[in-house]
Amino acid sequence: MITLNHYLFVAGLLFAIGLAGVVARRNILVIYMCLEMMLTAANLTLVAFSRFHLHDGLPDYSAQALVFFTITVAAAEVAVGLAIIVALFRTKQSVDVESVTKLQG
Amino acid sequence: MPGFLFYIFAAITLFFGVAVVVLRNPVASAMALVMSFTGVAALFISLDAYFIGTLQILVYAGAVMVLFLFILMLLDIKAEAGKHTSFGTALAGIFLAVVFALQVVTVLAKFSDGDKTLESTPLQLNVAAAKSDLPTITNDLKAGTLPDAKLMGEVLFNQYPFHLQIVALLLLAGTVGVVVLSKRDRSEKEEAP
Repeated sequence: MITLNHYLFVAGLLFAIGLAGVVARRNILVIYMCLEMMLTAANLTLVAFSRFHLHDGLPDYSAQALVFFTITVAAAEVAVGLAIIVALFRTKQSVDVESVTKLQG
Repeated sequence: MPGFLFYIFAAITLFFGVAVVVLRNPVASAMALVMSFTGVAALFISLDAYFIGTLQILVYAGAVMVLFLFILMLLDIKAEAGKHTSFGTALAGIFLAVVFALQVVTVLAKFSDGDKTLESTPLQLNVAAAKSDLPTITNDLKAGTLPDAKLMGEVLFNQYPFHLQIVALLLLAGTVGVVVLSKRDRSEKEEAP
């Protein structure tokens, strides 16, 4: 029997893996991928809650609309973020987070 | 959906999720992330969210990851793969992940609604058909299928039309921003020989 908790647990683990990646990795692009993974984990909880919270016998589509908006915003965010990374690479010739210390006092 | 399919797709999602973090080559990480997203899409579809599942594959596993791979190959990142993460940061990452996972487990253990199964909360298409106004949706519901994309469209355009336009504006702003960011400075270009 697959319960709501199963889905929430998988989403929680996926979020934890993404969090570990953001902290441990030094390549900006891989950090960015891990951020996307965390967003997806949040989407999974939303869709799971939507399915288990029936509204007139149907899944709660407001939650899925929120997931739709999240995916759209994430796509825009990826485009802008990658443009920033490319600009950063042009000046630093590196995608290592430790090479970016311009704001350091 | 049979239970073992859930376990297979959850295992794919988590295994390739770990691979994204562990693999040294960023291109391999990106490919692992594609697999992980595909696993999540399968989980979405197992939750009767067909539209969101399709969107997950089209937008994330398709467009976003192609963009990532494009940038990875454009910048030729492979040269960076030799550097090693220091032991301390790796430990900090694992520690944070374990603490977060423990927190999730303790919260879920006390979550009373978490014991609902897909079988104990079945979709009631007949009830929904009686409440629906749009004939195309009502007919589908009466025929015993879930018109997922139609219901999504109904919610998006009836309940959240303003938000939809704001998101469209955001995408436009994103496009303009990317063009501005990727354009080289004119002064810089003139200085270059």
